[in-house]
Amino acid sequence: MPLPFIILFLPLIAALVILLGTRRSGQTSAMVSVGSVLITLACAIAMLFGAGEAASLTWMTIGDLTLDIGIEIDSKTRSMMFIVTFIGALVHIFSLQYMKDDDAKARFFGGLSLFMFSMTGIVLADNFAMMFIFWELVGVSSYLLIGHWYQKNSAADAAKKAFLMNRIGDFGFMIGILILFGLTGSLSFSDINNGLEIAEGASESKQAGLLTLATLCIFCGAIGKSAQFPLHTWLPDAMEGPTPVSALIHAATMVAAGVYMLVKVSFLLYAAPLAAEVISYIGCITALIAALIATQQDDIKKVLAYSTLSQLGYMVMAVGFVGMGEFDKQGPDSNIFDPANAAYFHLYTHAFFKALLFLGSGAVIYACHHQQNIWKMGGLKQKMPITTGTFAIGTAALLGIPYITSGFFSKDSVLAATYSKPHVFIPALCTVFLTAFYMTRLFVVAFLGKAKSDDAEHAKEVPPIMFLPLVLLAVFSIAAGWSFVSKLFGFDSHHIPHPHGLLIPVLASLMGFAGIGIGFLIYRGKEKDPIRIPLLANKFGFDELYAGIVRIFQDTVAYVAKALDQILIDGLLVRGLGAITAGTGSLLRRLQVGNLQGYAFLFGLGVIAIIYFLIISV
Amino acid sequence: MVSLNEYLLVSGLLFAIGFAGVLLRRNIIVIFMCLEIMLSAANLSLVAFSRFNLSEAGVPNYNGQVLVFFIITVAAAEVALGLAIIVALFRARRTVHVEDLDSMKN
Amino acid sequence: MEQLAFYIFSAIMLGFAASVVVNRNPVTSALSLVVSFVGLAALFVMLNAYFIGIIQVLVYAGAVMVLFLFIIMLMDIKAEKRRELNLVAFGGGIAVTLGFVAQLATVLSKFTPGRAKMSPLANEGSDVKLVGHELFTNYNFHLQVIGVLLLVSTIGVVVLSRRATK
Repeated sequence: MPLPFIILFLPLIAALVILLGTRRSGQTSAMVSVGSVLITLACAIAMLFGAGEAASLTWMTIGDLTLDIGIEIDSKTRSMMFIVTFIGALVHIFSLQYMKDDDAKARFFGGLSLFMFSMTGIVLADNFAMMFIFWELVGVSSYLLIGHWYQKNSAADAAKKAFLMNRIGDFGFMIGILILFGLTGSLSFSDINNGLEIAEGASESKQAGLLTLATLCIFCGAIGKSAQFPLHTWLPDAMEGPTPVSALIHAATMVAAGVYMLVKVSFLLYAAPLAAEVISYIGCITALIAALIATQQDDIKKVLAYSTLSQLGYMVMAVGFVGMGEFDKQGPDSNIFDPANAAYFHLYTHAFFKALLFLGSGAVIYACHHQQNIWKMGGLKQKMPITTGTFAIGTAALLGIPYITSGFFSKDSVLAATYSKPHVFIPALCTVFLTAFYMTRLFVVAFLGKAKSDDAEHAKEVPPIMFLPLVLLAVFSIAAGWSFVSKLFGFDSHHIPHPHGLLIPVLASLMGFAGIGIGFLIYRGKEKDPIRIPLLANKFGFDELYAGIVRIFQDTVAYVAKALDQILIDGLLVRGLGAITAGTGSLLRRLQVGNLQGYAFLFGLGVIAIIYFLIISV
Repeated sequence: MVSLNEYLLVSGLLFAIGFAGVLLRRNIIVIFMCLEIMLSAANLSLVAFSRFNLSEAGVPNYNGQVLVFFIITVAAAEVALGLAIIVALFRARRTVHVEDLDSMKN
Repeated sequence: MEQLAFYIFSAIMLGFAASVVVNRNPVTSALSLVVSFVGLAALFVMLNAYFIGIIQVLVYAGAVMVLFLFIIMLMDIKAEKRRELNLVAFGGGIAVTLGFVAQLATVLSKFTPGRAKMSPLANEGSDVKLVGHELFTNYNFHLQVIGVLLLVSTIGVVVLSRRATK
């Protein structure tokens, strides 16, 4: 059994075992799940060092089309696999303590295992069909996990919202897949890549138009999954789920799946420059809007959620520059500066420090007895030193503190990718400032100063089972930027070509420090937020807008349905048939003339008719 | 020499007259008589066919005439019964006008 | 000669049948019908169907029409008064009748075997014997059934004419 298949199916087996066997015992289920993820982690580490090769299982054949469970291994797959299993393992261990007193531990860990299975499937996929199937599975796992505390209405609604918005994106995704299938006759990535190269010569304009459409449709899937504008509203609501879930799914892995998919099929963008432009704009808009909203949020998890949105916007923005510059199309293993590589680099560093930040916030929430409002925290530096320290490292990585943190290198590469278009580059730079600003706000208010409530007074450091993952992630947040580590993952972080020498790093660092400084100035020692911008605090009113659109649409459909029902079905068919029958009946009743001669007359008519038809017109 | 068609024509005309009488007269007895006319027309055409269909021996095909015999018999029985019914009807309704017998209308 | 006879008797038959339909007095109608039947019997004789001709006069003109006359007189039916014409019904009746006649003409014009003339018979005068022979051999069963039918109708008439017993 090839190694990748073990990684793929082991979590599924664990989930099935939990579902069928150990439902009643939370502790046993937890152990099963943790065990499976540790084994897969070991396998993934082995894969990093070269084990595992491509393989394929035929799943089903329909006429000429075969759907396989196919596995494609390149450097990105190996590194993504490691990220998924490593962060997954840390989240599992963290949850052992975090969810200790929960009633439905078995369900939680079953959901986590299902998620690991689905995410692994996306990472390993070599064809669109498999990717789509696991894409949907990831959505289902997300639904289950967000709605873990389903007794709370807000959690159930958030789970539904996440799933529905994902579905909207997936609809576009499916159309894109079908168009590509129509153009090239195959669903696997390598076949499509080859198919497009061959077809590039023939009927260019028609191909190009369809290809652009297909790429945009496929991007819809990424819009849904990676919560880009306009389908971004589900991610902040998804914070209703337990914090470890937010860390795993909504920071590091699932939302990154959209970017991962874009990176994997970035060969499409070389032939569809229009689509690439659209992608970069959407990424840029998302990054900017999310950063703006984050500056006014009071819930620690919401701030981090918008931060995730913003960073995902960065990654998508970078992907949109594929094929723009003078860089030729290269394979995924090269180190020539491919914007897709920049996006992927940022994805991989972001996974570590965002997971760290979320788990850190989880630790804080745990310590403050499930208090999530940052204005009710404070003074945690003294009471939870390890958590504060790791959180600081994570924040630094997010802000891109020069040379020390991995975030610096990855953010830098993203900015370098966008440099060719000032109208994208400038907003990206402003977002750097905003990121620094709101993260400083968060850190200063939650961790520094005095305790602002009783919960914060009585906080104490979390047990080792919870802070060890934090420490490990902090190490990676720094180490992932080192050259030899990144080489392990397929590229050299210190030798990414930059245009204009050190201009970009300097600009970015300036903006970052400016944000930190201003943040400190404004928020140091404050008891409540001195700035109040309702537009931002209300998330630009998108939720209300969407609700309004849905309501208008529903009302229209309901009205039409009611009209159809009343006029067509009720009036025409049901009552109409009745009326016709009654009318015919009363018409025919006239035939019962009641008098002898009338009957005789009709009789005579009948005879004439018979004679005519039988004899005369034979 | 008369041909078959002429006999048939006459028979048909007689039938038509009888049918017109059934449709147009209002007295039930007269309607009954017109029914008899129609029956007789049929008898005429049967006998005509019987005479004109000679077998090889030059003998008419007597099936037609036997049938006419039966028809006459049955018609006689039918008249007896029909008139009995009409008498009973007359006793009940005190009328012989067929238009007044319309309780089955609609 | 034969043709003249045919025309005369046909005219009698049809004319008096029309008189049955047209006359308002039921007695007149009944008597016209008697004459019409006599004409019909004459036509039967012209067709060498002597037995049937006699039967026609005896049974139809003799028994059936007498019965009709009895009933007319029993019920004391007066001549119909002139009533206004229901044009629709009248028109409908005339139309149906004319339709019949038209169809009759059409069918007969296409009926080519009917143009044959009568061929002479091999056995003049033995009509009754042959008909009787046919009846009592091939149609024996039917004859018995007719007997039963007559019995049944007799019984029926008696039953129908009973006055309700108090």
